Amino acid sequence: MQLVLSQILAGLSTGGIYACMALAIVMIYQAIDHLNFAQGEMAMFSTFIAWQLLHWGLPYWPTFFLTIAISFVGGVLIERIIFKPLKNAPILSHIVVFIALFAILNSGAGFIWDFNIKSFPTPFGTTPLFGSLISSHDAGMISVTIIVLILLYAFFRYTRVGLAMRATAANPESARLVGIRVGWMIALGWGMAAAIGAIAGMMIAPVVFLEPNMMVSILLYGFAGAVVGGLTSPLGAVIGGFAVGVIENLSGFIPDVGNELKLTIALALIVAVLTIRPQGLFGRVIVTRV
Amino acid sequence: MSKRDILQRLQGTRGQAARPQILPWLAGLVIAVLLPLAVKNFFLFQLTLAMSYAIAILGLALLTGFNGQFSLGHSAFFALGAYTAAIMMDHWGISYIWTLPVAGIVSFVFGFLFGLPALRLQGIYLALATFSLAVATPQLLKSKPLEPLTGGVQGIVIIKPDAPFGLPLSSDQWLYYLTLAVVVVMFYCATNLINSRTGRALIAIRDNPIAARAMGVDISLYKALTFGVSALYTGVAGALGAIVIQFVAPDSFTFAFAIALFVGLVVGGVDSIAGALFGGLFVLFVPNIAEEVSKGLAGAVYGVILILVIYVMPSGAAGLVRLVVSKVARIRATK
Repeated sequence: MQLVLSQILAGLSTGGIYACMALAIVMIYQAIDHLNFAQGEMAMFSTFIAWQLLHWGLPYWPTFFLTIAISFVGGVLIERIIFKPLKNAPILSHIVVFIALFAILNSGAGFIWDFNIKSFPTPFGTTPLFGSLISSHDAGMISVTIIVLILLYAFFRYTRVGLAMRATAANPESARLVGIRVGWMIALGWGMAAAIGAIAGMMIAPVVFLEPNMMVSILLYGFAGAVVGGLTSPLGAVIGGFAVGVIENLSGFIPDVGNELKLTIALALIVAVLTIRPQGLFGRVIVTRV
Repeated sequence: MSKRDILQRLQGTRGQAARPQILPWLAGLVIAVLLPLAVKNFFLFQLTLAMSYAIAILGLALLTGFNGQFSLGHSAFFALGAYTAAIMMDHWGISYIWTLPVAGIVSFVFGFLFGLPALRLQGIYLALATFSLAVATPQLLKSKPLEPLTGGVQGIVIIKPDAPFGLPLSSDQWLYYLTLAVVVVMFYCATNLINSRTGRALIAIRDNPIAARAMGVDISLYKALTFGVSALYTGVAGALGAIVIQFVAPDSFTFAFAIALFVGLVVGGVDSIAGALFGGLFVLFVPNIAEEVSKGLAGAVYGVILILVIYVMPSGAAGLVRLVVSKVARIRATK
């Protein structure tokens, strides 16, 4: 029982990473109505920028906020330069461009900062908490995720811009008719997603270490978390992220195949959840009018 | 535009859909048959592989382009076909020719079964489910219970078949012709399928599932069957790929390969049968070209090429061809 409990807590702390990522994914999904396959690489690139700034001697917190600002601008630029000209291309072509972006960022980061593993500092220290079940960094990371979640919720719920962004994602034509500048709302969505990705990256990097491929598996789990929780619900995404972390850890208990097939079991469970609740655990059912 | 113009255009496009223009296909076939006389064996090997990818991409096109179901997991069916062929040849000593239909049937069954739960998923959710399949495949192939069959991490080495009946061909040339023959058969079947009553049902499901159901199309059955047929194509492609490379290993079938197939599909044109050939060539050659441009930045070069390709032809190569054909037709009409 003790073992199961500690595995659940360990699952929650890795789940925090996935929750961070899932949140960033849902954010951009709400803003642009697509899943962004390059999200993880954008986060990774931002984290490298932060590493570079720290390397040049900037203190942690200024670096933290400066990186968020740089990432925001970078996200807006990516939308303006790459995606705006492709506004009318089919969705599948967009996804291919995401894949292209993935390749560019991954290989670019490897070229600039090489593929060696780098350590990344944490502002929360690594003292063990609750009888060494989770570390203070894990606790800090989870708190940051929750703070970001609350801020985002408030932004989308209570501000005019937030409302405009939701309108843009839900129905671009009607949004334009009521005077929303749809193009800029999408760019803003990209900027925000990049900024959240940067936060996620800087929180995750102390745990998994910094290298160009650090985000590949995290992105996958993040997707899984986001989809299980429901792509229309930021809270669902966070809960989904934690759930994926716990499921992954607990499936190690299944005899014989458990450890080797951790990932497979977690994914199979997710698919099972989706076949029963196709809109995700917390997602809204979207009814189509004929 | 006069009424007659519209009528002509309608008839023109209808005629095109019913009878694919035979001449360009024949010309392409003649070139393909004569090619081995002119090029080196290694290039021939690459072309053979590209053709097997083209078959897989065609399978994906049937599913995504014509039936509107999204898959990022076709590397799993490719692996299934490849391993079926490798196990039959290596463990049971069966001739490579027989592995192709068996790989197709095995993949069809798995694809159909996977298609049943996938019925409940749409769009991005289906993408995630299939993507999970792609991610799980290498792990499953490496896992302990399956190791006696799959050879675990080591994979299986198979022997390259020689040309039969004492034909004066090198084994590369023979495999090229064999693959070409399979390509011709598979593409012919796909064209017929799409132009049949069944094909129209598939397209109707893609365009408007509710209307299709109202017209009496059994959506569940057709969708699951399409998944099966798509897997069949990909499985046969996998078997061919395994025979050509003479080797199967779990890490050849990661999700990166599923994504590569998907890129090939979009670049060729999702709802185009001929586009699959272009896609196959793209998947095989463009990463190599990128590597030649710059070793360190190969991924970035590949990404930039990909973005440029999408800029030039947002609906794939087939979309570009269609655009050019219609422009030329319009210029002719105004003269």
